[in-house]
Amino acid sequence: MSAPKARAADWTVPGERGGGRGAAGAKQALHAEWTKLRTAPGLGWLLLGVVALTVGLGALADTATHCPAHVCHTDPARAVLIGIDLSQAVVAVLAVLVISAEYGTGMIRVTLAAMPRRTTVLAAKAATVTGVVLVAGALAVAGSLLAGRLILPGHGFPQLSLAGPMLRAAAGSVLYLGLIALLSLGIGTAVRGAAAAMGAVLGLLYLVPIIATTVTDAAWHRHLEQLAPMTAGLAIQYTAGLRGLPLSPWAGLGVLAAWAAGALLLGGLLLRLRDA
Amino acid sequence: MTATRTTPLSRTPVPVSGFTPVLRAEWVKFRTVRGWVIGMIIAALVTVGIALLDHSECGGQVTPGGPSVVGAGCSVPIGPGGEAVSDSFYFAHRPLAGNGSITARIMSLALAGGKGPARLQPWSKAGIIIKASTRPGSAYAAMLVTPGHGTRMQYDFTGDIAGLPGAVSPAAPRWLRLTRSGGTITGYDSADGRHWSTVGTVHLAGLAGTAQAGLFAATPGTTIPGRQSLTGSSSEGALTLASGRFDQVSLAGRWPGQRWAGTQVGGSGQTGAGFRQAGGTVTVTGTGDIAPYVPAVSGGTGTPIESTLTGVFAALIAVIVVAALFIAAEYRRGLIRVTFAASPARARVLAAKAAVIGGVTFVAGLAGAAGAMVFGTALLRSNGNFILPVSALTGARVLAGTAALLAVVAVLAVALGAILRSGAAAVTVLIVAIVLPYLLAIALPVLPASAAGWLLRVTPAAGFAIEQTVQRYAQVAASYTPRNGYYPLPPWAGFAVLCAWAALAVAVAVFLLRRRDA
Repeated sequence: MSAPKARAADWTVPGERGGGRGAAGAKQALHAEWTKLRTAPGLGWLLLGVVALTVGLGALADTATHCPAHVCHTDPARAVLIGIDLSQAVVAVLAVLVISAEYGTGMIRVTLAAMPRRTTVLAAKAATVTGVVLVAGALAVAGSLLAGRLILPGHGFPQLSLAGPMLRAAAGSVLYLGLIALLSLGIGTAVRGAAAAMGAVLGLLYLVPIIATTVTDAAWHRHLEQLAPMTAGLAIQYTAGLRGLPLSPWAGLGVLAAWAAGALLLGGLLLRLRDA
Repeated sequence: MTATRTTPLSRTPVPVSGFTPVLRAEWVKFRTVRGWVIGMIIAALVTVGIALLDHSECGGQVTPGGPSVVGAGCSVPIGPGGEAVSDSFYFAHRPLAGNGSITARIMSLALAGGKGPARLQPWSKAGIIIKASTRPGSAYAAMLVTPGHGTRMQYDFTGDIAGLPGAVSPAAPRWLRLTRSGGTITGYDSADGRHWSTVGTVHLAGLAGTAQAGLFAATPGTTIPGRQSLTGSSSEGALTLASGRFDQVSLAGRWPGQRWAGTQVGGSGQTGAGFRQAGGTVTVTGTGDIAPYVPAVSGGTGTPIESTLTGVFAALIAVIVVAALFIAAEYRRGLIRVTFAASPARARVLAAKAAVIGGVTFVAGLAGAAGAMVFGTALLRSNGNFILPVSALTGARVLAGTAALLAVVAVLAVALGAILRSGAAAVTVLIVAIVLPYLLAIALPVLPASAAGWLLRVTPAAGFAIEQTVQRYAQVAASYTPRNGYYPLPPWAGFAVLCAWAALAVAVAVFLLRRRDA
């Protein structure tokens, strides 16, 4: 906490500096959003949840997976990093609440009164929540890799090497979580209600792969997998059988990035157009 | 409410007693929030809508307006019991008029021809059979040998009785005999042709007048694992041929035909299938299977009716959001304090909420599931698909079970909403608890089958078993995995697991509601 004098300055200055225009406004918005996020109740639990669920589910999957000596169909990277499938839900909660909790309590009106440039507010929220999620995601992925290194060699897998495709899968998984946070923030901004937004985010992520299982037409099945944010984005986790994937790993992450950008655009547009 | 008109004094809040007013209050709350009503309507519509997205075709091209050419080769024969069956084999037969018997010694059952990784299956079969006609699906009884399950007596596709153990070889041949007396057939086996033992006696309803009897051979195809994709793996089937070598064939009774006739029953004729007589030896070579139809076996063309219910997952999410908000919104707005002031029995309020949301969801789910099953199957049929028949009772179980599944999940959502007092948290926890296990176990081929099975035993996702109509058969080797539509628990047991979760959540919610301040 800074001195009271400085705090007072924070409150009065934005209007004088042109309504938060330019770098100074962005910096203040970032500072404000960071303070709100840092002091939000339950943030620590959510971040701990991201790490614990990722590592925990990954370790369980490692334990359950066995690789017979002659034929190994299981991609070790996918087994190690499967916890992301679960922890993305926690990341989505975190990102949705960053905006929806403000609508729930009416705080959003204070926020927008203090920082009238709504795009700046959304950008600041996006930056802070993504930063926090990337840090938690890096810890979670590191933990999962450690669990994989400890467990998998005993199950017929070769020792996990952190080079090449495995590094791409690990770094990509962290980025995946960051993009999920952006996607969720965008949807949360558009939907506003936290529960409905969570339904929308998890529906978008989890439903499409389920619906794809009933599509027997090979071309349609492939298109669905290429378009769905979760199946496309998680292509980044595969280190084997890349030819069988509907699209290349980085292109898949690109599809998810496009979804996130689209959601943020929609959220930003609605934020500007609607009354708070 | 009526009292306000007569005595203004009663406007002072008097706690209501009895369940009906509380139920009525909750019903009014539900129906006056437009978003919740719309959410329920969406849940019903999306169930039907996703069923109508399934444009799977079978057996050819759809020609709009033209004659229907699809479906040839996609239909599955129906057995005497009304169930779909596999009935394709090579049959060397003669008519049997009235009572009589057939006896044969089988010397070997071996692979004939075939390329690549083809091999015989544990349930490849050859033996003697008495069948009502050569029409696929007609009643039959057979004595047969298998590579992996010894000698068996099988009848009317679902019946299977074990006989002598062990595989057949020229060193250890098997004698088989079937005797017919009216509609009753008795099967015998023997290791030496002198000491016979009865394997079983069965009555076949569809067996009357002249039947076809003789020798047969069949083997299911070999499955080769193929391409793996993000949401499933495909596999290719290879046709193999099994060859049974018989001798010492003797017939008793009235057999009007002069010689053996060869018929490929069911399926298209496979190159190499046929029968050959040399001296006293008859060799029958064929492919296919005589067994109940199991969609998980490669080359299956029948569609189980539950595949029209994928939209239930989307409905589930809508129902979870509405049901969680039904209580969580009261906490956010502080309305819960008014509710509890008006009706201090908190468990009763929760029960009323559960009854209202459960009842509404059941109706919406019933409408959605009925629409999906009716229109979904109509669409699939128009594209040439064959819907596997189910009994009326099974159909009713799937329909009512799907609605009940949604209703129980709605109750679970209300209870979680009361426990967590946050709509977003309740929605997330429940979707992760019920949709994610299904996704990990079925839609993504990541977890091994054993782990997938446990996910569908212990999580609320076990409840989806209520939709399963396909059955396991011991006499059909197939991969009965969740991915192929086989849940580890029987339908009602799976549903009971979901109900147990709901009961636990309601109990915890009641405990916390009584303990905590609102």
